[in-house]
Amino acid sequence: MLIQVILLAAIAVVAVLLTRSTADARHQAIRRLLLAGFVVASVAAIVFPQALSYLANLIGVGRGTDLLLYALVIAFVSYIATSHRRANQLSRKITLLTRELSLAEARIESVAKPEDTPPPAA
Amino acid sequence: MESPEAPGLTESTLVAPSPDRRTLDDVWLVVPLYNEAEVVGDVVRAALRTFPHIVCVDDGSSDESAARAREAGATVLRHAVNLGQGAALQTGIEYARSRPGAAYVVTFDADGQHQVEDAVSMVERARSEDLAIVFGSRFLDDRTRPGLLKRAVLRTAVWFTNRSTGLRLTDAHNGLRVLRVDAARTVDLHQDRMAHASEIVLQLGRTGLPWGEHPVHVLYTDYSRGKGQSLWNSVNILVDLVFK
Repeated sequence: MLIQVILLAAIAVVAVLLTRSTADARHQAIRRLLLAGFVVASVAAIVFPQALSYLANLIGVGRGTDLLLYALVIAFVSYIATSHRRANQLSRKITLLTRELSLAEARIESVAKPEDTPPPAA
Repeated sequence: MESPEAPGLTESTLVAPSPDRRTLDDVWLVVPLYNEAEVVGDVVRAALRTFPHIVCVDDGSSDESAARAREAGATVLRHAVNLGQGAALQTGIEYARSRPGAAYVVTFDADGQHQVEDAVSMVERARSEDLAIVFGSRFLDDRTRPGLLKRAVLRTAVWFTNRSTGLRLTDAHNGLRVLRVDAARTVDLHQDRMAHASEIVLQLGRTGLPWGEHPVHVLYTDYSRGKGQSLWNSVNILVDLVFK
């Protein structure tokens, strides 16, 4: 059925987005466009409930609610993908910050105590 | 079979410093450290008899690891929060390669699995053969005896690393490596956790610098076995490598 192809393709796209790093500006633009599309689609689905069912039938899904559920699954998976990416960027920043702090601390210590390494207990 | 105690604890190694110590003045040992208070003091003391410069990167340990390492005579850098072994290694390498007079950086585990003599002979080999990178391999001779499951996991890791890096190594995820300072400068690990072991091979392989593999003995003590990488960890490593 067509719906299966669509859903699988959507998941594949999400998976690729997960592994690829894209330019930040483009990413943000796509996210905003998708958000706008989501608003329009949800308004349309509410105003014309039959339209949703019609669309569902067109691509081989029994009911409009089922189509909604599938769309929700895709939205959820892509949410995981984007939040995963954001978490990675954040932890990268924390890593660099912690490293910088640790190296700065070492510099301060070496100023206070010019000897690089104390001689081993002899 | 293997002795249950950490290396360097035997009486014979507790005597005078080895004569190599002066010629190893341009070598920095980098030891990532996370909750190893039990053994790190002995490991550092044993290594200091041979290597004058040791930097331990305490990766936010919740025990007394940092204090033990400092008492033993190592320079200790501190991560304010726990980031993972890869991050600690990167911090240590960045510190070591910026030391005046540093010519070689050696990565060395804190848990007593590695032999100081192996590190010495790897540095000597790097000098004599003019190699920029020397990887330790536990599979080049039969001194190391991992269990069947561990062997299988390591072999898979070797296969995966070789596939993704284009190098032909016999061991992966071996923490004992010698990097000449020009090679160390190219290392920029983004994998904070265990997957750094493949990443560092990848980055070093790309430099095109001359490299070699050297047989080392990895000592599996009960202590290290208890803390070692489990099978679950290899799943995490794989996921970390794919979903960067």
